[in-house]
Amino acid sequence: MNFYRLLLHLYPSSFRAEYGEEMSAIFSLQLGQSSGVVAKCGLCLSAFAEIVFNAALVHWEIGRRDLFHSARSLLRSPGFTLTAILLVTIGIGANVAVFTLANFVLVRPLPFPEPDRLMKVWENHPGYSRMELSPANYRDVIASSQSFTDLAAYNFNSVNLVGQGEPQRIEGSSVTANLFSVLERPALIGRYFSKEDDRAGAPGTVVLSYSLWQAAFGGDREIIGKAISLDDESYTVIGVMPPDFRFPTRETQFWTPFRFKELDYQDRNNNYLDGIGRLKPGVSAAQAGSELSLIAARLRGQYPKENEAVDLSVVAMRDELTTESRLLLFGLCGAALCVLIIACANLANLLLARSLARQRELSIRLSLGAGRRNLLRQLLSESVLLGLAGGACATGVAIAALPLLSRLVPNALPIQQVPPVDVQMLLFALGLTLLTVIGFGVAPALQTCRGAGFSGLRVGVRTGGAGRQGARSALVIAEVVASVVLLVSSGLLIRALWRVQSVNPGFRTSGILSLRTELPFPKYNKTSMREQFYSKVLTDVRRLPGVTDAGYITALPMTWGGGIWPVEVNGRSQIRTAGTSASLRFVTPGLFSALGIPIKLGRGVSESDTVDRPWVAVVSESFVRRYWPNEQPIGRHFKFGFHDHEVIGVVGDIRARGLERTSEPQVYLGSQQDADDGFTYYAPKDLVIHSSQPPEQLLPAIRQILHVSDPEQPISDVRTMDEVMAGETESRTIQMRVLVVFTGVAIVLAGLGIYGLLAFTVSMRQQEFGIRLALGAGQGDIFKMVLVQGAWLAVAGLVPGLALAYIAARFMQSLLAGVRPADAVTFSAAAALCLITTLMGTLFPALRAVRSDPTAIMRAE
Amino acid sequence: MADDIKALLPLQPTTFHILLSLADEDRHGYAIILEVARRTQGELKLSAGTLYRSIQRMLEAGLIVETRTRPAPEMDDERRRYYRITPLGKAVAEAEAGRLRDLLKMARLCGVAPRTT
Repeated sequence: MNFYRLLLHLYPSSFRAEYGEEMSAIFSLQLGQSSGVVAKCGLCLSAFAEIVFNAALVHWEIGRRDLFHSARSLLRSPGFTLTAILLVTIGIGANVAVFTLANFVLVRPLPFPEPDRLMKVWENHPGYSRMELSPANYRDVIASSQSFTDLAAYNFNSVNLVGQGEPQRIEGSSVTANLFSVLERPALIGRYFSKEDDRAGAPGTVVLSYSLWQAAFGGDREIIGKAISLDDESYTVIGVMPPDFRFPTRETQFWTPFRFKELDYQDRNNNYLDGIGRLKPGVSAAQAGSELSLIAARLRGQYPKENEAVDLSVVAMRDELTTESRLLLFGLCGAALCVLIIACANLANLLLARSLARQRELSIRLSLGAGRRNLLRQLLSESVLLGLAGGACATGVAIAALPLLSRLVPNALPIQQVPPVDVQMLLFALGLTLLTVIGFGVAPALQTCRGAGFSGLRVGVRTGGAGRQGARSALVIAEVVASVVLLVSSGLLIRALWRVQSVNPGFRTSGILSLRTELPFPKYNKTSMREQFYSKVLTDVRRLPGVTDAGYITALPMTWGGGIWPVEVNGRSQIRTAGTSASLRFVTPGLFSALGIPIKLGRGVSESDTVDRPWVAVVSESFVRRYWPNEQPIGRHFKFGFHDHEVIGVVGDIRARGLERTSEPQVYLGSQQDADDGFTYYAPKDLVIHSSQPPEQLLPAIRQILHVSDPEQPISDVRTMDEVMAGETESRTIQMRVLVVFTGVAIVLAGLGIYGLLAFTVSMRQQEFGIRLALGAGQGDIFKMVLVQGAWLAVAGLVPGLALAYIAARFMQSLLAGVRPADAVTFSAAAALCLITTLMGTLFPALRAVRSDPTAIMRAE
Repeated sequence: MADDIKALLPLQPTTFHILLSLADEDRHGYAIILEVARRTQGELKLSAGTLYRSIQRMLEAGLIVETRTRPAPEMDDERRRYYRITPLGKAVAEAEAGRLRDLLKMARLCGVAPRTT
C-alpha cells in the first residue's frame, strides 16, 4: 500500500488531496481480491503504468488550463504583455545571436573528422612567431616526425579560368597530395590527388570545389577526366569536393598539386608553405611540439646559415584565431549579457509592479477558495507564456541578425560565413528563455502569493512593502551598473576606432581606384611581354579624362603582407628577423605618384630602369634610418632578393601590413628589371589609378582598355582605396555598431527602469506627499525628495558600474589601439550620460509628486 | 443547452460508460468500476487512475455531481464519495446514444453492420 501511496505523489497535490484516499481504498480492495504473489505483482505493475500515464495527463490538463487562463489574462492587458515580450525579445535575441556566433567560431568542432587532432605547423623566427615553412624544411620535418599520421602543406593560389564564359580570376590552393587524407574528407565525385599527381613534371590535375563545379560547369557529373584551362595551362579535373568542404578558406575554389621540383628545395629562406598535420591517436599537441623542437634543433645544426634561430611549433587548427578576433567575440558576448541583465531586471520590475497591482484580485480569489499553489501556478504559467512568446520572437530576431554579424566570422577558419540555424541554437534559445522565466518570473510570483490574503484585501493595492521596494531598487541599480559597463566599453571602442582611422597610412586614400589583373604564367613569363601589357594599359589609362596618374604594384598596401626578405648590407649576411628584413614590392613607373607616396629623396622607378641596367631600388625612410642613419642613402648598395641593388630614391613609409601593424621597412623594385622567369610571384597585379573624377565613372573605359590589351585577362577585386581602408577596420566597425545598438537599448531600458520604479513609488506615496504638503512642506521639498531617490539609484549603480567597466576595459585592452583602459574622457562622458538618463527618468515622477493635491488625496482616503 | 451538449460530443468511451453506470443510481468510484465491468461483461475494466481523471473532468464539465446522500452507516465507508448524473449529463448521454444510433443506421445502410429487426 505504501508503494501505491508513494505513486500517488506523481499526481498534482490538488488531485491527490481530492481522490487519493479513494484510489488507495480501491487499490487495497483489488489487492485483497487478488490471490497469489504473481497476481499481486501484476496488479502493482499495472497500477504503476496506469498512474504514470494518468498523472502525466492530469498534469497536462491542468497546465493547459492554466496556460489558457494565463493567455486570456495577458490579452486583457496588451500594454503589459507587449512590453514584457519586447523585453524578452531584446534580452534573449541579442544573446542568441551573439552566442550562436561565438559558439560557431570558438567552440564548435571544425567540419573534419576528429578535428582536435589537426595541427598547424609553423616555423618560428625571431620577431615572427608564426612563419610558413620552406619546402626544404617541410620535407625534413616529414622525414623525421613520428607524431603525425601525415603532414601536408598548402598555400594560396589564384588563376585565370578561361573558356567557361567570361574569363574569371578564381582563388584556390596549391596542396601536397596528402592534404585530403590528412583532413580525412573524401571527394564528392572522382578522387583526390595521389603521389603520382604530385611529382615534378606530372600532368596537371585539379580538384574542384562544389561551388565552382556548380557555377562554372553546371554541376556536370561528366566533368571528371575533362581538361580545363587554368592560367593557359591544361589541367584534368579528377574530383569535386563536397559542398561543406572549405579549405584553407571559404573562398577556395580549386586545389592543384604542388609538383615540387628539386630547385624548390634549395632555398630554406623561401617560406611559403602552410603545414597541417594530423596527430597520431594518443599523441598530444605538446608531445608533437617537443618533437618538432628537437627536429628544429637538429636542422639548426645541419643548416647553421639558413636555419639559425629557426624553431618549429604546432598550434591546434581551432586555435588559429587571432587574439583580436577572440576578444571581439568575447566583448560582444559580455555586451549581450549586459543587455540580458538589463532586460531581465526591467522584466522582473514589470512583473513585480503587475503583481502588486493585482494584489486585490488575487486576495479575492484566495478568499473565495483558490489554493495558493494554484495561484502560483497560474502566475508562473503567465511568465512561461511571456517567455515563450518572447523567446520565439527573439529567435526570429537572432536568425535575422546572424547574416549581419557574419562578417565577424574570421576567414582564418575553414567554416561557412553565416552561422547555421540549427538545433544547438534553438536549444540555447529555449534554455535561456526558461532560465529567464524561472529566474525572473518565480520570485515575483512567490512574492505575490505570499502577499495576497486578507491583508491584501484590507489595505488595498497601496502596499509596496519595504522588502519589495528594496528588491526593485536593487534591480534598477543592476540595470545602471550594466548600462555603465556598456557605455564605457562602447565609448572606449569608438575612441579606439577613431584612433585607428586617424592613423596616417602613408599614401593617398581618396580618389583612387584599384583593380587586379593577375597575369597568368607561363604565358607572361617573359619580362618584355609583361612590360608590354603594363605599358599599354598604363598609357591608355593615363589618357582617360580626369586620370592624373596610374601605376602597377605587386599588391596594394593592406591587402597583402608582402614578401619579407632578409637584407644584406656591406656584405654582412643577416639572419632573417623582424629587425633585419624588409618588405618587397615590384612597381611600375607612376605608382608613387598615383598612390601619393611622397618621394623624399632622389627619384622613383622610371622607364629607363630596364632589365639590362644595374638593379636599382627605392627604399622607405625607415629603411634608411635602420641602415644608414644620418647618412646620404642615394647611391648606396644592399643585397636583397638574390640581387645587389643601388638606392636611387627614398619614399615615405607606408602601413603595408595594415593600419594597426607597423610594417617592416619597404623596398620597391622596378618591374622592368625582373628577369624572365624571375620573381613571377611578385609580378605587379594591382592597377592603381588616381583620378579627379568619381572612380566608378572610369571603370567601363578601363575594362575596355584591359580587354583590348588582353581579351583573356580577367579583372577582379575592383575597389576604391577608401573601401580598402574601410575593410581594414571592418570587424572593429561592425563590433562597435553592434555595441552601440546594445548600449542604446541598454541606456533607454535603464532610463525606463528608473522611471518605472520612481513613477510607481510616487503613486504609492501619493498619500504621504499629500500629508506632507498639507502639513506645510513646499513643492520644492517634495521635488527634491524624489530627485534624491533617483540620484541615489544612479550613484549606487554608477560606482560599481565604473569599476566593472574598468575591469572590462583592461580585459579588452589589446582592442583599444592605445586608448588607455582608464580613459578619463570616456569614463566622464559615460558617467554624465548615465546621470542625464537618470535625471530624465526621475523628472516626470518628481513633477507628478509635486502636483499631488492634498485635498483630493485626503478625501479619497 | 443544445450547444453545450454538442460541444461535448463525441464522448470518450470511458465517459459514456461512467454516465451509463450512473444512469440508474448514484454510485461511488469502486461501484462504477464494477458496474462498467458488469455491463461490458468484463471487457472494459477501468483503472482507478483513469476513473478519477475522467470523474474530475466530468465534474468540471457538469456531467456529474458529488452527492451528499449516503447509504446507511453500516453500509457506508466514509472514504467513499458518491456521484450522481446531472440533467446535463443525462442529456449528453442521450445525445451520444443518438449519435451512435445514427452511425449504426448508416453502417447498416452501407451493409457494414447486420440488419436486425
